[in-house]
Amino acid sequence: MKRRAFLAVGAISAASLACRRKPEFPFQGELVGPDLALGHWLRGGDFPDPERFEPVSALVVGGGAAGLSAAWRLAGGGMDDFRVLELERDPGGTSRSGRNHVSAFPWAAHYLPMPDRGNHAVLRLLDECGVLEGFDAKGDPRFAEEATVRSPEERIFAYGQWWEGLYLRAGASAEDERQYHAFFREVDRWAAFRDSRGRPAFSIPRSRCSDAPEAVALDGLSFAAWLDARGLSSPRLRWLLDYACRDDYGSRLDTTSAWAGLFYFAARKQGPGEDSRPLLTWPEGNGFLVDHLRRPLGDRLRCGVLAVAIREEKDGVLVTAWDHLNQRRVGWKARRVIFAGPQHVARHVVAGLAEARPAAARIRNAPWLVANLTLRARPKEPTFPLAWDNVLRDSEALGYVAATHQSLKDYGPTVLTWYRPFAGVDCDAERARLRAMDWPACARMVMDDLRPAHPDLEGLVARLDVMRWGHAMVRPAPGQMWDPAFLGLARPFGAVHFAHTELSGLALFEEAQDHGVRAAEEVLAASGRRGKSWR
Amino acid sequence: MANSSPEIPQTAPTLKAPLLFISVLLIASCGLIYELVAGTLSSYLLGDSVMQFSTVIGVYLSAMGLGSYLSKFIQRGLARRFVDLELGVALVGGFSAPILFQAFAHTHAFRVVLYGVVMVVGTLVGLEIPILMRILKNQVRFKDLIAGVLTLDYMGALFASILFPLLFMPKLGLVRTSLFFGLLNATVGLWCTYLLATQLGPTRLIRLRCLAVMALLAVGLAFTGKFTLVLEEEVFADEIVYAKDSPYQRIVLTRGRGSFQLFLNGNLQFSSADEYRYHEALVHPAFGVKPDAKRVLICGGGDGLAVREVLKHPSVQEIVLVDLDPAMTDMARFQPMVRQLNGASLEDPRVKVINADAMVWLQENPGPPFDLALVDFPDPNTYALGKLYTSRFYRLLQRRLTDDAMIAVQSTSPLMARESFWCIAATMEAAGLKVHPYHLAVPSFGVWGFALASKRDFAIPTHVLPGLRHLSDETTAAMFAFPRDMDRVPTEVNRLDNQVLVHLYAREWRRWS
Repeated sequence: MKRRAFLAVGAISAASLACRRKPEFPFQGELVGPDLALGHWLRGGDFPDPERFEPVSALVVGGGAAGLSAAWRLAGGGMDDFRVLELERDPGGTSRSGRNHVSAFPWAAHYLPMPDRGNHAVLRLLDECGVLEGFDAKGDPRFAEEATVRSPEERIFAYGQWWEGLYLRAGASAEDERQYHAFFREVDRWAAFRDSRGRPAFSIPRSRCSDAPEAVALDGLSFAAWLDARGLSSPRLRWLLDYACRDDYGSRLDTTSAWAGLFYFAARKQGPGEDSRPLLTWPEGNGFLVDHLRRPLGDRLRCGVLAVAIREEKDGVLVTAWDHLNQRRVGWKARRVIFAGPQHVARHVVAGLAEARPAAARIRNAPWLVANLTLRARPKEPTFPLAWDNVLRDSEALGYVAATHQSLKDYGPTVLTWYRPFAGVDCDAERARLRAMDWPACARMVMDDLRPAHPDLEGLVARLDVMRWGHAMVRPAPGQMWDPAFLGLARPFGAVHFAHTELSGLALFEEAQDHGVRAAEEVLAASGRRGKSWR
Repeated sequence: MANSSPEIPQTAPTLKAPLLFISVLLIASCGLIYELVAGTLSSYLLGDSVMQFSTVIGVYLSAMGLGSYLSKFIQRGLARRFVDLELGVALVGGFSAPILFQAFAHTHAFRVVLYGVVMVVGTLVGLEIPILMRILKNQVRFKDLIAGVLTLDYMGALFASILFPLLFMPKLGLVRTSLFFGLLNATVGLWCTYLLATQLGPTRLIRLRCLAVMALLAVGLAFTGKFTLVLEEEVFADEIVYAKDSPYQRIVLTRGRGSFQLFLNGNLQFSSADEYRYHEALVHPAFGVKPDAKRVLICGGGDGLAVREVLKHPSVQEIVLVDLDPAMTDMARFQPMVRQLNGASLEDPRVKVINADAMVWLQENPGPPFDLALVDFPDPNTYALGKLYTSRFYRLLQRRLTDDAMIAVQSTSPLMARESFWCIAATMEAAGLKVHPYHLAVPSFGVWGFALASKRDFAIPTHVLPGLRHLSDETTAAMFAFPRDMDRVPTEVNRLDNQVLVHLYAREWRRWS
């Protein structure tokens, strides 16, 4: 007996010692939204009607960049009697931002290329925000210096050190250089293209792009196939272009339409030979724009409210929703609805839509993991100093952005926003993989990725918070960008209008805004408020 | 069956040949390290690394040849000579880096000492292998001997040449690397007293000698922390009286020849001999235009010397000094020499010291406007400093100024960095300021430049405070005329998103260093 008791005590103390073992990381953090469980609750099925349907002129479902832009346009058109429903606690979608005692920081989208003079809606917004300073003698817009990405903009970690820029010149062969220039000559050629109506092949938003057959034909093959056909095989060039695809589309060279691949480069140029347009950014990323758009909405913006059923009746559209914060059913009867959410939600919510528009089922969204690392102090930087965008060449992730770069803080604590698209071919499998990751797994992924560049990082991290985006951005798959069935998804479905960046096949703030403004103008026109378009 | 070949050793193997081969590997590494230390060190100090490395290698290899030749004159007591040789290499090679640093600082004949040391080490190293081979020749077949010794000799060279740049230079630095390998050499010597015990006779005295050399090198290694300061002093040319590493910069005060100097990250900020010229020129022309200024903002200038000049103006009621580094303003308050030089200016009740990045402070702190601002930052040699010279900075500054406020900006040398100087003026103009640049001679810097500016048009000052050491009414206006070799050149505007000034500045000053 004694011996057994002794063994038991020994086993228990050993177990308790094991339980009290040192935590894996000397810092804390958490998984923050989006609310995966709440979103998936939609698939549940039938929802009883609420006690009453509050009448409104228009209801915007979704408070991301598209929905907020639609509300902005409705208000600008004199229609004030609307509501915006947002599933999450905060609006902004993938333009959302956060803030702590160190800095504001983005949770996803974090910059805009400077709009050209033809991008009227973005210019109008930036003017309202105080970022547009005026126009130069040629009529091109001038922007506030503090909103323009501060130099040094980018650096890349390779061969054990940081180098200025994103394209790694160190160690490039003459053939690498030749192919680099050959590729950008092709980009210049497309930047110079104008169709018979004077439209460019590539422009932002894509509604300004030409549908000339030679441009549309690019959508017929993958970016990888297009490069292969031109003998562009330089590993450095392919790395750069693959990085661009992962960064903007969450896909790879072989899963990206060649049209989208060239769009990334050519749409940011005004003409051949010009540099890409500089970027506008803020410490909180595109959260800066979200804050401007949400401010005038007041209590017309309802957060934590999930639209569960939308059906059209003779005298309006009935919207049933679940108010998650107050745990009750709510309803609106709207003359028009702008559905500013993704199609995979629309098909569950809008009665009859899934059957009428099967093309929506083909849309694929890439999952992303975004981490914000709050640092007590900065890592040692013996080589090229900290830039805005800091990219590791030998990594599946995209590197990190320093939130304090734009607020001019060069010393002391900072927040680094680390991005990783799950760019594997099968989006569903990638999503399942991401969903299965708990906080330690996420933290491990982040720290393992950054350790080669910053061996001293672990001791400097105060917090590491993680956002798992299940449907972060639409993938511009080959053949989809000019598929008439796909483009038709943006057309109204009865009195339900659609606005979402997904409808462009390109996850950009400008696309979301363009669809939001278009949908709002459709609604304004339907109510007899025709005016000059903001687009 | 077996042929009794003459190559087969006739005597019984009493020596531990394989272990001696390992010592070949070690001494080969040590030998190459000394050569690399000399090459690197002379490249650091003299520049032109191609020339330095190629002459050091040439002298070293020829000295090894000399050593090999001399080995034939050593007839007897080979084992004892070999141990002595190890100790000699350990001493000269081990102390080579400190010796060379001292020679650079104290003598005018650095090159003589450099090639002398390389010659001595090379000769001694050249003696090593022939003598070791002669020790081993009776134990090992000649073809095995030559193959073994030379293989390990070359392999040792490979180890050293790879580990030196990757491990030793970054982790230990030059001085400690050379001392460490000296210690290794001496250890090989001590080890050989055991391996070669049968050939040495009485070993006690020899071992004592080994231990003495090892102790000497170990002491050197232990004191290199202090040593670095001594060596740095030689680079600064004068005695260091104060040194502090803050999170932002390395602050060093040196004293010599009747004056003292402040260095930040090795760049001279002032010399007490002529700083009055600089600070009078920074402060008084602005007061010449706005003699009744009451609230003064100073960005940078943590040494308190500009404050000293500002306090000479009776109209001044408040001075706000925004300097990044508390270590700097503390030194200005408490270091006796600096405190005496600035007249304890930071203790004046009118002075408020704020430790913050001036640009971030301007951005985040709206407040009552100032009627005079002095901008005294280090030259724009990093991006973090370059931002303090952007149009955005001058716009933020204007938000905190009255409409008739005057601004004076230190703006590097119009002679040594002509484009940088005019880039600063052009940037201030792009931010909407009216600008009149000026310059004067500050012997410890050279020709130095400033920019006087205001939101409104203003006339060049013709009057300054009486009783200054350098400036007078007559010389003030003259500062605003630019000789042809410093006259205006067209430049880009330095913006946050291009930081052209940092690149320009680096390119221009490279010519003078």
